[in-house]
Amino acid sequence: MTKKSIEYRKNILKYIFHANAGHTGGSLSCIDILNVLYNHVLNTGPENFKSPDRDRYIQSKGHSVEALFVVLADKGFYPVSDLETLCKYRSHYIGHPTRKVNGVEQNTGALGHGLPISVGTALAAKMDNRKYRVFTLLGDGELPEGSNWEAALTAAHYKLDNLCAIIDHNKLQITGPTSEVCNTNPIDAKFESFGWSVRHVDGHNFEELKETFDAMPFTEGKPSLVIAHTIKGKGISYMENVLKWHHGVPTEKQYEDALSELDNAMITVPDDF
Amino acid sequence: MGVEVAIEQGKAKANLDVFSATLQELAANDRDIVVVTSDSRGSGKLGPFGQKYPGQHVEVGIAEQNLVGVAAGLASAGKKVFAVSPACFLTARALEQIKNDVAYSDNPVKVVGISAGVSYGALGSTHHSLHDFAVLRAINNIIVVAPADNFETKQAIGLAVEINRPIYLRFGKKPMSDLKEENDDVFQFGKGRVVIDGDDVAIIATGETVYPALQAAKRLSNQNINALVVSMHTIKPLDTDLLKNVAEKCRAVVTVEEHSVCGGLGEACASYLLQNGISKPFKILGIPDEYTVTGSQQDIFNHYGINEEGIANTALSLLKK
Repeated sequence: MTKKSIEYRKNILKYIFHANAGHTGGSLSCIDILNVLYNHVLNTGPENFKSPDRDRYIQSKGHSVEALFVVLADKGFYPVSDLETLCKYRSHYIGHPTRKVNGVEQNTGALGHGLPISVGTALAAKMDNRKYRVFTLLGDGELPEGSNWEAALTAAHYKLDNLCAIIDHNKLQITGPTSEVCNTNPIDAKFESFGWSVRHVDGHNFEELKETFDAMPFTEGKPSLVIAHTIKGKGISYMENVLKWHHGVPTEKQYEDALSELDNAMITVPDDF
Repeated sequence: MGVEVAIEQGKAKANLDVFSATLQELAANDRDIVVVTSDSRGSGKLGPFGQKYPGQHVEVGIAEQNLVGVAAGLASAGKKVFAVSPACFLTARALEQIKNDVAYSDNPVKVVGISAGVSYGALGSTHHSLHDFAVLRAINNIIVVAPADNFETKQAIGLAVEINRPIYLRFGKKPMSDLKEENDDVFQFGKGRVVIDGDDVAIIATGETVYPALQAAKRLSNQNINALVVSMHTIKPLDTDLLKNVAEKCRAVVTVEEHSVCGGLGEACASYLLQNGISKPFKILGIPDEYTVTGSQQDIFNHYGINEEGIANTALSLLKK
């Protein structure tokens, strides 16, 4: 899984560099979460994507689409080379998720939309007695969107314990630290008071992520919230926690440096990781 | 049967009542029909639906953005979802959800705007929806429909359940009836309905304004003027074939709508006619771009000439040109 994440990071950077566009920092902060979701948690893949019983993943922080596109390619939804068209004229691979791309569940990008849609999708499972679960990834910067809190109420009201929201808590947004832009802390107490069951996790620790998702629902009859503590730009030392990499694109030199850093990291990973 | 007669005989029903009754009928045999409300089950006449089919009713409280987002999620999982809320809130506050979660994502939600236009009358502009046609016309992948009478309402609901497309349905709450006593019309989205044929002036109306258009046509007939009245229930896609036919056949065209004169039915018709070289004396009757006069729905209609007399006079003045 560690190796996969390194490969994912290399591809994220490759295609962002190639497209000369993308949300680098946020894609790097959430990629380990997506790795665990798609390779350990979700029952979805190209073979059953039309099945009504598949688990759903809805990416509310749509701007980190490069992370999603790279993982979906790895899952076999399309060849990763398709991403050479990222953000190019008439490409389906645009700067936010769309259903024109195989494997994408919902068109997102405007913030505060993923949670309400996920609530509806989870509610449908309850109505039909289906066992699928719904996962949605939110950025911490999108929490001030009121629609999140409307949906949080509904999720608890309908006891949607088949719903899991994950917050990619990298603590930075385009303007600066989320705590300075609009302080949403304490996030856990807020969601708990709304009737959710909340867990904190290191969003780059695969074992912790696996254990956390395996424990879902954290409380029967309650929706689950995972606050994943992450590092914006994770894996590339000069990008980590540096604001400008929110949607910064590396220069050729920076790109090469980043690749060598990832290649070096790969050398240190034991074969079975 | 005229609406006045229907009211006298106790047979007039608001389109909204017909909507609710039809949905109950259909839900009896279709467990996938789901209604989502935002504390709007009373205004939407959906109390009985919720009582009869509690498992098919989702209440989200007063939270319109969430209403539409949740509806989109339900629709994506195969539910035939009616998201019901006053049109004024639904198509303004939740517009981004309609644009992205329904239309752009192609989640086939039936977005139902109730008490539309100036139905709420004296409650004022916060409760009026005079912009919904305009904003939704500019959004790709959503059908926009305003049924005129009980017949069109019933047909529209039945079709909305069947088609797997995003759709906006707009209802007022005024008691209505059927525009035609005998009726074997085929109702289709995107196909306007000729209620009275004629060749002097074409009156193209939509929603609750079709009835006063019909009254105006009767008044004009006393002056030997043959008015043609169209119920253009579908604002988008507009029935341009019918529009072309009636505009070419008649000497003048009047459009009537319970909507701003900006961006609604009238401008849609004007745009088509001008771009297709059809030039006839033309007038859009609707609510002008100003602070809307206060009063009941009928007061507002009367003030802006959206009534029998106003429509007839507008037609006469165009015919004199």
